[in-house]
Amino acid sequence: MIDAVGNPQSILLLGGTSEIGLAVVEAFASDRPMRVVLAARPSPRLDAARARLEGRGCAVETVEFDAVDLTSHTDVVQKAFAGGDIDVAVVAFGLLGDNEQLWTDAAAAVEIAQVNYTAAVSVGVLVGDRMKEQGHGSLVALSSVAGERARRSNFVYGSTKAGLDAFYSGLTEALRPHGVVVTVVRPGFVHSKMTEGLKPAPLATTPEAVAAVIADAVRTRKELVWAPAAWRFVMSALRHVPRPIFRRLPI
Amino acid sequence: MSSQPTPPREPRRLHGWGRTAPSVAEVVTPRDPDEVAIAILGAGPRGVIARGLGRSYGDPAQNAGGRVVDMTGLSRIHSIDGETGLVDVDAGVSLDTLMRAALPFGLWLPVLPGTRQVTIGGAIGADIHGKAHHVVGSFGNHIESMVLVTADGAVRELTPDGDESELFWATVGGMGLTGIVVRARLRLHHVETAYFVVDTDQIDNLDDLMDRQTRDDEKYAESVSWFDAVTTGAHFGRGILTRANHAHLDDLPEKLRDKPLKFDAPQLLTVPDVFPPGMLNKLTGRVFSELWYRKSPTKHGAVQNITQFLHPLDIIGEWNRGYGPNGFLQYQFVVPPSRGDVVRTVLERVTAAGKVSALNVLKRFGEGNRAPLSFPKPGWTLCLDIPVGRGLGELCDELDAIVLDAGGRHYLAKESRTSAEAIRRGYPRLDEWRKVRAAVDPEGVFASDMSRRLELV
Repeated sequence: MIDAVGNPQSILLLGGTSEIGLAVVEAFASDRPMRVVLAARPSPRLDAARARLEGRGCAVETVEFDAVDLTSHTDVVQKAFAGGDIDVAVVAFGLLGDNEQLWTDAAAAVEIAQVNYTAAVSVGVLVGDRMKEQGHGSLVALSSVAGERARRSNFVYGSTKAGLDAFYSGLTEALRPHGVVVTVVRPGFVHSKMTEGLKPAPLATTPEAVAAVIADAVRTRKELVWAPAAWRFVMSALRHVPRPIFRRLPI
Repeated sequence: MSSQPTPPREPRRLHGWGRTAPSVAEVVTPRDPDEVAIAILGAGPRGVIARGLGRSYGDPAQNAGGRVVDMTGLSRIHSIDGETGLVDVDAGVSLDTLMRAALPFGLWLPVLPGTRQVTIGGAIGADIHGKAHHVVGSFGNHIESMVLVTADGAVRELTPDGDESELFWATVGGMGLTGIVVRARLRLHHVETAYFVVDTDQIDNLDDLMDRQTRDDEKYAESVSWFDAVTTGAHFGRGILTRANHAHLDDLPEKLRDKPLKFDAPQLLTVPDVFPPGMLNKLTGRVFSELWYRKSPTKHGAVQNITQFLHPLDIIGEWNRGYGPNGFLQYQFVVPPSRGDVVRTVLERVTAAGKVSALNVLKRFGEGNRAPLSFPKPGWTLCLDIPVGRGLGELCDELDAIVLDAGGRHYLAKESRTSAEAIRRGYPRLDEWRKVRAAVDPEGVFASDMSRRLELV
């Protein structure tokens, strides 16, 4: 159960090596350690993540999870819930890719669509169903400001996040009567392994800062947040910029 | 099997009085004890828990994804005996209803908490206490017998010293986790009037306030103090000590003597659900504290009615809404008599953390009872009301350590955020209680958000 001040007892991280995801777990664990389920492909990075969280006093379980293996998801979610209720689940896996390759290479485009959208929808349905049975829970999905309006420079990635965003926004409404809070998080540019070597965009932030926004959203039961918060107003303006001007903007 | 009538049920979002941590459960409202048994036997894998009027601050009367039995449908007063003081009531009857019915017989509920909007079942489950604890003990001390429906659907009559006395005492303070109490016989006290003769003392610092309560509490049937946790410096912890005895007929002024047992408890207004977060801040907290302190100058021998003396907040319905949508929590603990210093330490930490608590209640408890999970034990109990905001979790964790290190513990009816470990440390007889509960509910049918959160079972 999540208590009155927002401390969860258990967290499921889908994308168990995600930097933002792990920072979310640490943000909660710094107040009170809890049970953590990391769902990811086995790797030295996963082992390191486990060790890091155990060092913070968390009890860590791992479940083998490959986002593109859609038929395995039912089994993965069942295993993730085998140890008891999951109070907070974070859908944190995703690909970024190179936009020029993505829009010219069908296989690559399908792969990112499957990971970022199809797999996210799949786990959203499955985790949502379990939380509905529980009668409580917080389900967090990592969207992106890139999904709010497609830009020439990363529209394939943006389109997958637009799909994810729409799905989880709807799921928010569908699960609300069942006591489950779904939170859609829209970060801007985040300095991480995924964006290594890329030129940082304005309002660039860190996984820790995004995690702080997410932890706060879970505690206050918010359904939609931007990280940093200023993106809300920037995107609100950008969404309404006419196309001829929008395409000339240096973004 | 013939088709049994099923009690009405519906999914509902439930939270406690603190308006934090809601969850959704299927709420069943039985109309008689048979329907209670049906509701228990038909519970799904996430179990069942009873709920009364929802006055616990946290989550003991919630059961996410499971079933919650709304007991307010069982609301009959079966008998009141003015001679012996014995009353026989359904568990869904509120203390308010019982009190109104019993007063014309010259009977008084010996244990009254800060509100009368509590059911008999809830009063037993939390083993509630009131301002008279130092004299009369807690609610469980006044039960002659109770009827408990257990996980197997069986109906058991329990007494404090009978064959199943262990189950009786595990149910007292057991937060509903041993079964559902459907009916109880209580022993009330005889009174001549419904009024109190009240001595009010305005005392301008915490040490003197506590000293006064230590010295002559025994002369009074009721004793409690409110203090100001906002003002700092030499007047830190200045407060109002109110102590009283039941008024005899000849204590009353002429005009009240005609109807000495008149129940005078108006509700003037109900707070609308429109308050923004942050209504209680340093400024409003200071204004409130100043007014509350000023309104009660030292005065001895005043005759007051029940609302004036016992339940000033009952005048305002749904007052918890005033804290806004983020809710609030009550932090209540007890520490041994020798550790009164903890009261000051806790207050200093709260003030240093920039938190504002306006309703601060301090009382000295008398002896505890036999129930393993009963909260009261000899010592100081302090209760603070704090709106939920950033940093509150960490602050409370810090306070927990101070309280537990001093040999104290927390009140489950107020609890909404501590750890399982804190409850284990505070209640050394938890395992003894678990054994009794495991014997009567081996499959774990009774469960609540609180029992999951604090790993009680």
